[in-house]
Amino acid sequence: MTKSLRLRGAVLSLAILAVFLLTWQIATTPAKTTAPSGADREYAELMGNSATGAALANGVPTPAQFASLAWKQLSDPFYDRGPNDKGIGVQLAYSLGRVALGYAIAALIAIPLGFFIGMSPLLYAALDPYIQLLKPISPLAWMPIALYTIKDSATSAIFVIFICSVWPMLINTAFGVAGVRKDWLNVARTLEVGPLRKAFLVILPAAAPTIITGMRISMGIAWLVIVAAEMLIGGTGIGYFVWNQWNNLSLGNVIFAVLMIGVIGMLLDSLFANLQKKVTYAE
Amino acid sequence: MPNEVLRRSAPFLKIEGLSKRYRDDLPPVFENINFRIDRGEFVCIIGHSGCGKSTILNVVAGLEEATSGVAVIDNKEITGPGLDRGVVFQNHSLLPWLTVEQNIAFAVRSRHPDWSRQKVAEHGARFLEMVGLKGASRKKPSELSGGMKQRVGIARAFAIEPQMLLMDEPFGALDALTRGVIQDELLKICAATRQTVFMITHDVDEAILLADKIMLMSNGPHARLAEIVVNTLPRERNRETIHHDPQFYRIRNHLVDFLVRRSKLIQAAGPATGEEAPVIATPGVESGAGGDAGPRAGRVKIVARGAGSPC
Repeated sequence: MTKSLRLRGAVLSLAILAVFLLTWQIATTPAKTTAPSGADREYAELMGNSATGAALANGVPTPAQFASLAWKQLSDPFYDRGPNDKGIGVQLAYSLGRVALGYAIAALIAIPLGFFIGMSPLLYAALDPYIQLLKPISPLAWMPIALYTIKDSATSAIFVIFICSVWPMLINTAFGVAGVRKDWLNVARTLEVGPLRKAFLVILPAAAPTIITGMRISMGIAWLVIVAAEMLIGGTGIGYFVWNQWNNLSLGNVIFAVLMIGVIGMLLDSLFANLQKKVTYAE
Repeated sequence: MPNEVLRRSAPFLKIEGLSKRYRDDLPPVFENINFRIDRGEFVCIIGHSGCGKSTILNVVAGLEEATSGVAVIDNKEITGPGLDRGVVFQNHSLLPWLTVEQNIAFAVRSRHPDWSRQKVAEHGARFLEMVGLKGASRKKPSELSGGMKQRVGIARAFAIEPQMLLMDEPFGALDALTRGVIQDELLKICAATRQTVFMITHDVDEAILLADKIMLMSNGPHARLAEIVVNTLPRERNRETIHHDPQFYRIRNHLVDFLVRRSKLIQAAGPATGEEAPVIATPGVESGAGGDAGPRAGRVKIVARGAGSPC
């Protein structure tokens, strides 16, 4: 039953893809090829696309053009020909590096701090107004402040990632730790379990599913924010790549980058979904 | 009997003038509770919901503080939880992310931090075998039935070899059949280990089967320890034959009568004035009310047991 459901789901998925590709094909097939004007041809040559067809540079590519572009990008993802011409892999690596760094710093601060907040009702009451105030601020709103104080744009991007991923982790950790069942804590108390052993062997595993959920939400937000942050700071990264290709009017590359952002985001999320499955326990 | 004098002078657990008030504007749940438990005794406490049975047990466990009064165990005042008291929780409270053997190992390692991994595992396996769950050692609690979980909880409490076992309605959530099986097991284990037990129950039959003394609490608020019923049935009790003993129904009727009638009357009579001691009753051997031969016969039994206990 479930197997056939999955199979039917897959078939339907493929059908949707086919309809989408067909629509795309119909929408992008030019009614008649018009000779590109002088300026356009010059621009196309600049982009190195004059031979393969102006459509690639000038408008939305057809599925076939897009496929060949994607293949070209994916077959050599790590080339580096100067600041404005790097492979998609290099750009993604820059973005992932920033996310990893900002996220790791956020986790290192948010999880222990969340632990203490969850354990101490006093700390919870004291810090809650600040958390509630800071949490809804768009991470990008911090950008000017970050740029002014930190002065370095690359560090500012990492700071923005940090600030956006810290809240869900902090709140979920505190919530998970505060919500550990009293019975389990009583078990630890009657067994005279020391504070460190209690923290790592009782509270941490009990709160782990909630903590990982927070980490998963944070990672999702961080990956959303990095694209916008890199559009602002420029230089490297997938966000900059998208913006640069838009300035080049290379819509094919923009679409390709957008697709890659989706794929990476999906992989990151499934990584955390797996982790979540590992720490989840049935009561 | 010199033995009796010795035993009376130093009870293992001594509760004196215990009372609990959750809010200042409300009457105390219970007040002026006094009782003693000797080593090797199995004591049940019965009373209606809200009389504070669990609170008393939690005070003994060190998980809760009384508003006034003291609890002394082995000549030391109880100020917090400790490994000398093993607790079997009402809802088993196993750690769901650990397997059965890991749950028990967690307790054993808390008791003996210096033991090797192998020694901890062997020790735990012994107690798991004792409750008949050797085959389930690698399962998670969620894969076990309610009765099995409760047995793991009992094994965990026994595995730290506490001086006293505290059980808060351990079989309350089980079906009658499972309950019977585990009661039998508990009876066997306690007979073999001479474990001192303090247990809360709602089940009159369970109390008669397991306990040497049954403490009856009047209704709360202003609950107090009204009576201590000595179980005069021979200690080698078993579920299949116990109801053939004529004492069984006398004790049972006495307990049920208390629960359905007298517990309310005592509450209605007003708060405790302070010094009244609980009545010691031996309905099992009494022919009528206030028979004098009864209490003595009951005490002799306890003394005989006390002499044999390893203390």
